[in-house]
Amino acid sequence: MEIESHGYIYSGDEIDRHEGEVIEATKAKSREAIPDPDAWLEEEVKRNIFLTTLDTAINWSRRSSLWTVICFPACCAFELIAAEGPRFDISRFGMEILRASPRQADLMITAGTLTWKMAPVVRRVYDQMPDPKWVIAMGACGISGGIFRSSYNVVPGYNKIIPVDVYVPGCPPRPEALIHGIRMLQHKIARSKAVPDLSELPNPFKKGDRQ
Amino acid sequence: MIVALAAKDVIAKLTEKFPGALEEAGRDAILVKADSLLEVMTYLKNTPEFDFDFFNFVTAVDYYHYFEVVYHISSVRHNHSIFVKTRCYDRENPSVPSVVSLWQGADFQEREIFDLFGIRFEGHPNLKRIFLWEGFQGYPLRKDFNR
Repeated sequence: MEIESHGYIYSGDEIDRHEGEVIEATKAKSREAIPDPDAWLEEEVKRNIFLTTLDTAINWSRRSSLWTVICFPACCAFELIAAEGPRFDISRFGMEILRASPRQADLMITAGTLTWKMAPVVRRVYDQMPDPKWVIAMGACGISGGIFRSSYNVVPGYNKIIPVDVYVPGCPPRPEALIHGIRMLQHKIARSKAVPDLSELPNPFKKGDRQ
Repeated sequence: MIVALAAKDVIAKLTEKFPGALEEAGRDAILVKADSLLEVMTYLKNTPEFDFDFFNFVTAVDYYHYFEVVYHISSVRHNHSIFVKTRCYDRENPSVPSVVSLWQGADFQEREIFDLFGIRFEGHPNLKRIFLWEGFQGYPLRKDFNR
């Protein structure tokens, strides 16, 4: 402060003197330890334990970080890219990551027209995704082939190739519509059954069930 | 900007060099008989006066009675271009000579025409399907194609 009021610094002595003042002032007001801001947790955390079902916990973790495989054959991809970007920002819902490898993804957003020549490739990408996995058919072409439905080389809907969970109509759908479709998929996942009944599993201790 | 070469300048040279090779000549395009196409194209490419060293594209049109194959070639040095057309009247086994030996850029485009129109390009080094899959029936860009 002293030095700034001078306007100009003429020598190293003034800097040294100012530094000494700052250190002395800091030392003078730092005699006592600052109290830990998390100290109150010691008592409260005991009351923060709550019970739920395994289904709810697993479904919550599954739906909150859906990783999308990069499989965008045509123009709907640009609406998806817009939804990924800062304006619409689907990372708010825990899915901004696009995976180049289907082995690391559990959601396929089929953004675009699918031709028969591409169809086996899409099926192969889908087969490489680990379970559990979901598919959103994005846009008119993804749902039914769209305006190219009667063409000789266009697949009339992705559901001829892979099972589709959610259909998002539009040509192309707005990013808001895509986000709504993703939210619907999250509701669907939340209601699904993640843990199988023990009675349905093979019992290793029973003779007939042993495999 | 590349200027379209007036066809009438070329026609005079071509009729002198290849009598009977031109079927007709329009304002900006020349129509060459299919059997003398390769000679005319070689001449157009290798003559210093024309020097058509750049191959813009080749495409085909279905006019029901015949197929017309359209070549667009231009010269980078002289800054001019011209359309060369040729026709094949046989609808069952249409074929025109390939120009891949002159311009490498014709390779994939001739394969595309072969795939979608069924026109054979004689002398093409690798004439096979490029878009459609093996076993596809028919030629989708022909006018009489129906599923």
